Amino acid sequence: MTQLDLITTVAPVRVREISAEHDARTEPRLVRLAIIGIAVTFLSLFVVLPLVIVFTQAFSRGVSAYLAALAEPEALSAIKLTLVVAAISVGLNLIFGLAAAWAVAKFDFPGKTLLITLIDLPFSVSPVISGLVFVLLFGAQGFFGAWLQARDIHILFAVPGIALATTFVTFPFVARALIPLMQEQGTQEEEAALSLGASGLQTFFRVTLPNIKWGLLYGVLLCNARAMGEFGAVSVVSGHIRGETNTMPLLVEILYNEYQFVASFAIASLLAMLALVTLVVKTILEGRLQEGQVPRDD
Amino acid sequence: MSGGTKGRRTLPGFGLTMGLTLTWLSIIVLLPLAGLFLKTFELSFAQFFEIVTSRRTLNALKISFGLAFLAALVNLVMGTIVVWALVRYRFPGRRLFDAIVDIPFALPTAVAGVALTALFAQKGWLGAPLAELGIKVAFTPIGIFIAMVFIGIPFVVRTVQPVLIDLDPEIEEASASLGASRWNTVTRVILPSLTPALLTGFALAFARAVGEYGSVIFIAGNLPNVSEIAPLLIVIRLSEFRYADATAVAVVMLVVAFLIIFLINRVQRWAQTRVPAF
Repeated sequence: MTQLDLITTVAPVRVREISAEHDARTEPRLVRLAIIGIAVTFLSLFVVLPLVIVFTQAFSRGVSAYLAALAEPEALSAIKLTLVVAAISVGLNLIFGLAAAWAVAKFDFPGKTLLITLIDLPFSVSPVISGLVFVLLFGAQGFFGAWLQARDIHILFAVPGIALATTFVTFPFVARALIPLMQEQGTQEEEAALSLGASGLQTFFRVTLPNIKWGLLYGVLLCNARAMGEFGAVSVVSGHIRGETNTMPLLVEILYNEYQFVASFAIASLLAMLALVTLVVKTILEGRLQEGQVPRDD
Repeated sequence: MSGGTKGRRTLPGFGLTMGLTLTWLSIIVLLPLAGLFLKTFELSFAQFFEIVTSRRTLNALKISFGLAFLAALVNLVMGTIVVWALVRYRFPGRRLFDAIVDIPFALPTAVAGVALTALFAQKGWLGAPLAELGIKVAFTPIGIFIAMVFIGIPFVVRTVQPVLIDLDPEIEEASASLGASRWNTVTRVILPSLTPALLTGFALAFARAVGEYGSVIFIAGNLPNVSEIAPLLIVIRLSEFRYADATAVAVVMLVVAFLIIFLINRVQRWAQTRVPAF
């Protein structure tokens, strides 16, 4: 049989099979093209263009103007503050997230659903309200305002307030990334390690931690992205003291309102790059997490 | 299991981790939120009512809730189209567009705010052609709506996507083999199975848009009674040191947000217990 024979005898059958399947589970070609067209146009106009315009605006006066804007003392101090605040919030929420995930995923107790709902709470609070609650606690007219003033302790309009508000906003990320993962993994491996004589801490560091490392990184990644980019909550508690309490997102606003568009978009471009890097790493980690699930299935 | 232990061996550390969790949760989340409600109790009911029903507050709440509802509706429709294209079809750049859906989650809101304003300003890439059509977007309520659509995009897509992927293909084949047209199969078989996920996505997008601040305030124009959103009114009242006014608006928004979470939980429980009708 020649190759041509193969094609002519086999092909019609296969084509019919494929087209039969297509009729049952997909739409006419024109409808398909229209749906793809609408989806791609919508995402391009609403998501891609805003991202692109950040960079074109940042570089609209050339590379040197861009670099000069980033080298301004105000920009450098905002970058530094953003890094410090993110380090504090991510660190605190990392410890909390690990503790919460261990308690929730490895033990049974009444009120577990309620506890998870409470951990999730900050996600459903408007960023502005997340800032407001700390003003009500620590502001001059706040519950602890007079007490703090008498002792000359500054929380509001200072780094502690910014770190607190950021920690509130990013509170659920690490716990949320770990709880389902640790629930799925169960307690068998830890039990085996303990029965073989490992201590609690050894079990955690040698058994649990290697099992959850990708999930932990995933939570830390999202927590960090939100911590560095938070605007509403930080805006309320910061006081906008130039060179002191402005994080990068706040500086974007201030420069924008002063019509310093190149400088504003230059800072914005750094945050946009952070978002892009976060998305790339997130995609990689999601791949790792799915890989991790495969061996457990068989 | 070795060692002859009876039943499940309990792991160590429950007391420590639970104590840490509850302490931390109380300090960072519960105490501050309780403070907000305590502050409201300093107001008499008449005072609270007067603040919440003042013209400027009512208008701000109307703008935030009304436009958020419209934006969530658009997200529902466009999200369904996007998720359908991403899950059911193969086209060049599909994986890239799939990743792009998350950008509104990842992009800091202030960056989204200045970018959308530049895009829709009268001389912007999209603002200029729209201005020729007589549509002014930036510094009007339409701008608020656009920003809310932007930040809501991922919610419907990401809640519906796993459900659509897991949908049993046999259901569709059965429907088709029984003679249903493709349109009937989609609207009567597939969409009903997606309804709980669609509702959840809609509610999440709505809740996010109501509370949104950063991406909205740049493009909004912020004219009282016209284009002033409720979160901005809270910020303005705070800057005027009118804490009670700020708190009253915040409590209204918070109560609605909690109601939405409650409804989402109900929808999801309903979806889990519902027996498919075929």
